[in-house]
Amino acid sequence: MKRTRVLTTVAGVAAAGLALAGCSGGGSDGGGSEGGSGDEVEVFTWWAAGTEKAGLDALVEVFDEQHPDVEFVNGAVAGGAGSAAKDLLQSRLQAGDPPDTFQAHAGAELQDYIDAAQVEDVSDLYEEFGLTEAFPEDLIDRLTVDGAIYSVPANIHRANVVWANPGVLEEAGLDPEAEYASIDDWIEAMEAVEETGKTPLSVATTWTQVNLLETVLLADLGAEGYEGLWSGDTDWAGSEVTDALEHFETLMGFTNTDRDGLDWPDATQQIIDGQAAFNVMGDWAEASFAEAGFEAPTDYVYFPVPGTDGVFDFLADSFTLPVGAPHPDGAKAWLETVGSAEGQSAFNQAKGSIPARTDADTSEFGEYQQTAITSFAEDTIVSSLAHGAATPVATLNQITDATSKFTTGASDLATFQEELAAAAGA
Amino acid sequence: MKRIRKVGAPLLLLAPSLIVLAVFVYGLIAANITTSITDNHTAAQATGQQPTAFVGIDNYVGLLGSSDFQHSIMNLLLFTGVFLVGAMVMGFMWAWVLERPARGEGLFRAIYLFPMAVSFVASGVVWRWLLNSNQGENASGLNRLFQMVGLDVLQNNWWNNITFGIVAIAIPAIWQLSGYVMALFLAGFRGIPDELREAARMDGATEWQLYRHVLFPQLAPVALSALVIIGHMSLKSFDLIMSISKAANYQTKVPAVDMFVFKNSFDYANSAAVGMVLLVLVAVVIIPYLWWTNRKENAR
Amino acid sequence: MSTTALLTTSGTAPPPRTVGRAGASRATWRTVRYAVAIFFVIIVLIPVYVLLVTSFKAPGDAAPTRAWALPQEWTLDNWQAAWTTLWPAILRSFQMVIPAAIISSVLGSLNGFVLSRWSFRGANIVFAGILFGMFIPYQAVMIPLTQLVIGAGVPSGVPSLILLHVVYGIPITTLIFRNYYASVPHELVEAARVDGAGMLRTYWSVILPISIPSFVVVLIWQFTNAWNDYLFAVFFASSQNGPVTLALNNLANGAMLQNYGVSMAGALLASLPPLIVYILLGKYFVGGLMSGSVKG
Repeated sequence: MKRTRVLTTVAGVAAAGLALAGCSGGGSDGGGSEGGSGDEVEVFTWWAAGTEKAGLDALVEVFDEQHPDVEFVNGAVAGGAGSAAKDLLQSRLQAGDPPDTFQAHAGAELQDYIDAAQVEDVSDLYEEFGLTEAFPEDLIDRLTVDGAIYSVPANIHRANVVWANPGVLEEAGLDPEAEYASIDDWIEAMEAVEETGKTPLSVATTWTQVNLLETVLLADLGAEGYEGLWSGDTDWAGSEVTDALEHFETLMGFTNTDRDGLDWPDATQQIIDGQAAFNVMGDWAEASFAEAGFEAPTDYVYFPVPGTDGVFDFLADSFTLPVGAPHPDGAKAWLETVGSAEGQSAFNQAKGSIPARTDADTSEFGEYQQTAITSFAEDTIVSSLAHGAATPVATLNQITDATSKFTTGASDLATFQEELAAAAGA
Repeated sequence: MKRIRKVGAPLLLLAPSLIVLAVFVYGLIAANITTSITDNHTAAQATGQQPTAFVGIDNYVGLLGSSDFQHSIMNLLLFTGVFLVGAMVMGFMWAWVLERPARGEGLFRAIYLFPMAVSFVASGVVWRWLLNSNQGENASGLNRLFQMVGLDVLQNNWWNNITFGIVAIAIPAIWQLSGYVMALFLAGFRGIPDELREAARMDGATEWQLYRHVLFPQLAPVALSALVIIGHMSLKSFDLIMSISKAANYQTKVPAVDMFVFKNSFDYANSAAVGMVLLVLVAVVIIPYLWWTNRKENAR
Repeated sequence: MSTTALLTTSGTAPPPRTVGRAGASRATWRTVRYAVAIFFVIIVLIPVYVLLVTSFKAPGDAAPTRAWALPQEWTLDNWQAAWTTLWPAILRSFQMVIPAAIISSVLGSLNGFVLSRWSFRGANIVFAGILFGMFIPYQAVMIPLTQLVIGAGVPSGVPSLILLHVVYGIPITTLIFRNYYASVPHELVEAARVDGAGMLRTYWSVILPISIPSFVVVLIWQFTNAWNDYLFAVFFASSQNGPVTLALNNLANGAMLQNYGVSMAGALLASLPPLIVYILLGKYFVGGLMSGSVKG
């Protein structure tokens, strides 16, 4: 009767559900560690789609050639330039369940992991793989903390690049090929653009504003002054910083009002669409222009942020060796590929960045990349703030919060300067 | 012996749930409180590389005294207020519209419920577009829509406003959950026997009097449940803000976001403290509810 | 109460008027209701329109500035890409959600039955204790929770998620069932007890058969919650073994250059299963919710 029918239905559905769960239990046991004689490596990144994934795939291809007996397990978690990934990574490291290797920005971003004794010193691997000769000395210095190195960089990106739309510039009566010696000159150009009704400077949500801030600091304080901000040599409360922040304020006044709701591609899109004249972004923006089918210098132009010519504001994606990694040999194999010439060549060609090695094959690389490679070899190198090279995570978060407060009008310049000083000093 | 028998059997059936909750809820809350009264602000301390010390309520004092955190709480209260009122009004209105049997009721109901099926991980992008704050020439999103239908005057900068920006974020929240409130009220309406209405009509009551003296009192318990459930969901809202305005934006900071940012900065003690503040806020909402339920049932 | 008063005086009132002025006002109300209903349908569907329309656009076309325009060229590529990426995850979501919903419903039903029928001292405290579990902000306890789950050796992915959704679903399922059973007439249960049936027997023979509407309500709520959960998915699963919310996030936010068309197609795809559940069980949803929540 009714009760039996009811019970049968419920039982049937329950059985079906458990059967499905049973299927899943069998099939989803992580990477299948019983690969016979094979080893594996779980690679934790936030490269889940687009050019990053293309880069990762290219790297995996080289990896399979160099280490056919080690299986690559993709542990990518997407979202927010790694915010979800970092969140999960923290938990896993705390819980004693680290991946075999994880992606992190080279430089101060690693400091917390180093302090917590969660990453291994890989300087012996540098010796083994010959990386100390292949990487530029400047870079090795930046990667060394108290005599130890904790990651292997896969690429180099530059953060202090201006991208511009020549059509919009011409409309404002400006020469697209013009070079601006300082921020003041640049501001004059922006005023001209403003007259035409277009947005002089496009920017997006807070982290891109921090990117802009760091280039302004770099321009006004010079390379040494900028580095001094992080080492404590430069006075945050000083008048030089105040001047720089005033420049920043002026520049923000030239930006699009909907900035906080945009992500960086949207701001770049405004250049592509001819709505804005200038945009400051790292050189991953090159991929946007390529995808739009644009060619320099007819459709777009690029140059270092005015006042920072001769300075390379660097950031690097790198891989680490966590303490207690389940498959350390697999991890080391991965690190070897990451640091190898073939690996770096394949990866960077697909991703649009430049190799950290000086001897990788870059003949096939695009035009912008070639200029970047020359720049990297010749210019003064400084560490990017917005991308984890200059300061630890907590400091960057505080600076970001202070910047958001300032650009939304919730604090004035003096308070902004104070908060920045407090963040950097902490 | 009999007394134990009497208490034994129910407790035995409840035991699995009680044990599980003791661990996964209360055990974790205890762990959280412990963390929040230490000075564990760095990764090194978290893994024991550096020592941690107990600092009592220092973290709480610091948090509650900081103007940034106060701004977060203000935002949360504003958000909750608007969200609650909006969802209750919308939900009630839809239920009112559908409660008399009508053609196509099933279709209307399905449409009003559909937003519940879409998670913010998914719809976040659309809402970000819709709430774009550009006005006039560069408008897109809802501002553009207003222009297209001649309602230019309604344009505004949505969540890009320091004081009231958070109110704009309540719009997607209302969109998503009004359907559930509607379902609650609809069931409430359906639970009122028709005889009551007929009787009131026969007495010559107008529609308004019918609502005021017959229907509203019957719906009060439903409304209360809806308030509690939506209120607690609002206090937990995180996905919504992260997908629309992201973590760093000052305009829409709420404690849940602060908790996330602290954790991201390896500042576990402050993250735990914010979590406890949220828990206390939630308790403030539901303890009256529990007390009220208890009283009502004992009175029966 | 006023309603009782109304009921007792009804016998002496004049017959109801269904024609004339009252009749006309009924018809006007009906039109008003329809108009309001349709107006709100349009409002509710505005974001859905943008989702739909963008999902058929090519990469260059699918931009925020062109949100309202119809596609320049209608393309199914996005749907194809979304389907290929998402369908394994959708399968895993089903694998996770169905057992989780069923187990937490059964537990909630047992708990609700006990708490509503057996009055032992402290029953209300126990209920309050269980209910409080509904309100814990997960973010706050995430780290100790991960340590707990990983330490207990629960495999990541579907098994972990089933455990978590069952555990954290218990409070609300208990709430709904308890309120539902509290309205079951005493006589039914007393009859069974007088016949000598113990608690389990009473549950099996008396309570379970009449619980269908409540089960449906609870199943639907749990289904939606577990299906759309993102927080647990990020912490306890990976893109290889995780549910559709993770895969969707990878799709939408995975690259520096977003492909809006694909993410929107994916969003719509991922929302179809809960929608189908609502439609199929919609009738029960409305009827059943009343029993759970009306009593407050």
